[in-house]
Amino acid sequence: MKTTVIVGAIAAALALPAAAQKKYDPGASDSEIKIGNTNPYSGPASAYGQIGKAIAAYFKMVNDQGGINGRKVNFVSYDDGYSPPKTVEMARKLVEQDQVLFLFQTLGTPSNTAIHKYMNNMKVPQLNVATGASKWNDPKNFKWTMGWQPNYHTEGMIYAKHILQTKPNAKIGILYQNDDYGKDYLKGMEDGLGDKARSMIVSKVSYEVSDPTVDSQIVQLQASGADVFFNITTPKFAAQAIRKAYDIGWKPVQYLNNVSISVGSVLTPAGLDKSVGLITAAYLKEPTDARWASDKGLEPFREFMKKYMPDANIADNFNIYGYTVGGTLAAALKQCGDDLTRENVMRQSANLKSLRLDTLLPGILITTTPSDYAPLEAVQLQRFNGKQWELFGDVMQSH
Amino acid sequence: MKKTWILWAILIIVACALPFMVSNYRTFQFTLVLVYAIALLGLNILTGYNGQISLGHGAFYALGAYCAAMLMDQAGAPYWLTVPAAGAACLVAGFLFGLPALRLEGLYLALATFALGVAMPQLLKFHAVEKWTGGVQGITVLKPSPPAFLAEAGIKLNPDQWLYFFTLAITAVMFILGWNLVRGRVGRALVAVRDQHIAAEAMGINNALYKSLAFGVSAMFTGVAGALGAIAVQFVAPDSFNIFLSIVFLVGIVVGGLASIPGALYGALFIQFVPNIADEISKAAPWAIFGVFMIAFVYLMPTGVAGAMRLLTTRRKAP
Repeated sequence: MKTTVIVGAIAAALALPAAAQKKYDPGASDSEIKIGNTNPYSGPASAYGQIGKAIAAYFKMVNDQGGINGRKVNFVSYDDGYSPPKTVEMARKLVEQDQVLFLFQTLGTPSNTAIHKYMNNMKVPQLNVATGASKWNDPKNFKWTMGWQPNYHTEGMIYAKHILQTKPNAKIGILYQNDDYGKDYLKGMEDGLGDKARSMIVSKVSYEVSDPTVDSQIVQLQASGADVFFNITTPKFAAQAIRKAYDIGWKPVQYLNNVSISVGSVLTPAGLDKSVGLITAAYLKEPTDARWASDKGLEPFREFMKKYMPDANIADNFNIYGYTVGGTLAAALKQCGDDLTRENVMRQSANLKSLRLDTLLPGILITTTPSDYAPLEAVQLQRFNGKQWELFGDVMQSH
Repeated sequence: MKKTWILWAILIIVACALPFMVSNYRTFQFTLVLVYAIALLGLNILTGYNGQISLGHGAFYALGAYCAAMLMDQAGAPYWLTVPAAGAACLVAGFLFGLPALRLEGLYLALATFALGVAMPQLLKFHAVEKWTGGVQGITVLKPSPPAFLAEAGIKLNPDQWLYFFTLAITAVMFILGWNLVRGRVGRALVAVRDQHIAAEAMGINNALYKSLAFGVSAMFTGVAGALGAIAVQFVAPDSFNIFLSIVFLVGIVVGGLASIPGALYGALFIQFVPNIADEISKAAPWAIFGVFMIAFVYLMPTGVAGAMRLLTTRRKAP
């Protein structure tokens, strides 16, 4: 312990003269930017761990290409097993012991909630967290925390907007998972419908993650006479719901949340023929989609997958997700220049002006301001044609 | 005899000096070790001394944690008051759960407690109680700051150090309680019930009472640990208390040493630090590495770390 202190003191003394013009907080130096992360590499949610691996590979690529403003990125990622107490422990380890400049893409709503106050007390950025809850966009109370993906609430509002435009007299039936994720979507839909929510939503039914099936809920929704179905479910249940609705001959207009848009793990088990006509929102390009087969923008991503993640499956959405969020951070850090203080990292992250990344759908840009911490707010609707998703309409904003 | 006193003195000095020698983060980790030690001691009273296997002690830990968090969050209770409250609640809950569980022996009891452990996270999410438990969102707890009288006395502690000492004091109390319990008449009765319940009954021991009592006391220890854990981590959510926690507790007492008081401390050190070491060795398969550690421990020290220590000291004394 003592040696570390001495080494640290020497390092600090050596760094001082050089830092006359450049400004550094712990974790940043002339040669390195140290970033912390937690991901569930083990445990029930370990599928998400792929995101952490993709981000690590992304920064390996960045380093091979010379780093960011000449500094290598040191991405330190720990396993938290999707357990909030473990996240607290790991976050403290990263901040207090490893002395990272900031945390990035810590994954999971409960895990991030557990460290929310801590990070803000310590004044260490908790950047681009990997969850779609809407509470991460609260710069007034939590200046040091920022989300990234379009949040569930926003997405719900966009579906509401589309329903109002195309089917103003719709009778809406909603199936949602009974937790904060499901309720965020539900609230988005209700807020989007505004005064009409009361009259248009004819039935709301929920299910628990522990339920074996959602069959009875679908029957219940059909019985309510709904002609629009908003399906707020995670992949396994999404597949069941789509299949059951088709099998009992219920033919509403179906909106499916972005969480379950995977063709491979949702629509194929549900039956591709039974999924025709589903509407959902997207913001990332689907790498396996024939439409992007010769897309120039996806070429660097394909190269990256070949070179840095040769064993990973390109159809796995988490890879392009990790690659894109990595690109967002790289842009913000580039903007920081030589002022690598926590304050400035947060300032630049909250000052991204129409950032365009090639893996995002055309027309979708990343914009943040000091009063709006939601980097991605636009999505485009797409409809399933039996083989693949087909984009339609314009890029939509929630407001 | 003299030697033991010197050992005790050294242990106390080290325990008190620890937070001043290491970083705040390490202090926090050692606070968690103490918390786990209390929980393991509780489970050890039930499993080690009384021979009842519980695969659901995570549920009592959760109950203690939620008691503390809800009392602070909803009722504005001071943090130190929540610890005995959580202990009392878990004592009652454990005793009541122990009553029907009495009819179950060995593996069947293990299954019943397993059911409790599996059900707990979902019960906490149940929407009728969501108003109090915060549902999946959980409850955020404020970190206690050192009391004013310490600052007035000229002792400056940061919140992490204060929490460590607070936990240390409670750990000491709980260990003395546990030690007194198992070395006396009650302890002998517990062991007798474990080893030969028919003989124990013939000697006039009320098997049923002692079994449910063991369950209640064990749950109380674990509940106290849960409350301290909630205060240390400053957050409770159903996902924090999945079945895995219960299994880890069981691993802790077996590795530390069954039916051994210091074994709880060794077990706590194991479950706190070995997963971190495993994660540092391999990101791809941390639990495989953890498994290797576990097999190595069980193979090399079949009676737990405590048993190995005992062996070491008696061997030295022998010649």
